[in-house]
Amino acid sequence: MDAQGSSRAVGVGRVLIAVYAILALAATARSVVQIIRSFEEAPVAYLLSALAGVVYILATVALLRRGDRWYRIAWATLVFELVGVLTVGTLSLLDPVLFPDDTVWSIYGRGYLFIPLVLPVLGMVWLWARRPSRVEA
Amino acid sequence: MIPWLEWVHVAVAVAAGLFCIVAGLLGRAPNDYTLGATALVEVLLVVELVVVLLAPAFGNLPTGDGLEFWAYLLSALLVPPAAIVWALVDRGRWSTVVLGVACLAIAVMVYRMGQIWFVQVA
Repeated sequence: MDAQGSSRAVGVGRVLIAVYAILALAATARSVVQIIRSFEEAPVAYLLSALAGVVYILATVALLRRGDRWYRIAWATLVFELVGVLTVGTLSLLDPVLFPDDTVWSIYGRGYLFIPLVLPVLGMVWLWARRPSRVEA
Repeated sequence: MIPWLEWVHVAVAVAAGLFCIVAGLLGRAPNDYTLGATALVEVLLVVELVVVLLAPAFGNLPTGDGLEFWAYLLSALLVPPAAIVWALVDRGRWSTVVLGVACLAIAVMVYRMGQIWFVQVA
């Protein structure tokens, strides 16, 4: 049942998972601190940031696991993140008070070297490359 | 934190990160050099921890948010060991790349910790 893709695909996937794990750790830890410290300053933004952190954790797990269900969960998390970073990124430009620029999705993830913007796209490419119908052939 | 220590730490972490990523892309499995470089980055994090624990006794306090600083430091301490365990379990070239990614992540985190300690106003 293991992916018949080249070992490179498997290996690149490992790097992807590692980056997701680090991003999940960083985003979640930071949002926890923000909620504890200054929740009232930007409650919507910080709650969304916490949600983003949880979804990153879920994405990391889903990318690690095998099977159709985890595959679908992985897709769902990546789509959620991409939509999130594009939406919040745009809103943070339009309304810096509601969305201050120190959350993981602010200004399209600029505070995290735009990794939150690029990573979901890379993840989707990787998932597409190992989609089940192709592997079974 | 101490300015020159932060500088050394970031430099070592960036160098280790680039070294490991290049080694990995060249097909090298994790070896003493790449694992050692990552371990060195972790040792420096432990040194930072000791410095930060002793700092208040010398009147050296962060200008920024202490809670955020500790969140960064404690998170950072987890990363290199996790990457090393990963590299020991899966001894492929991509694990070497993962070591490099971990080191670069630490470089960024130490830089941010420096910002919180020296620049940011709580």
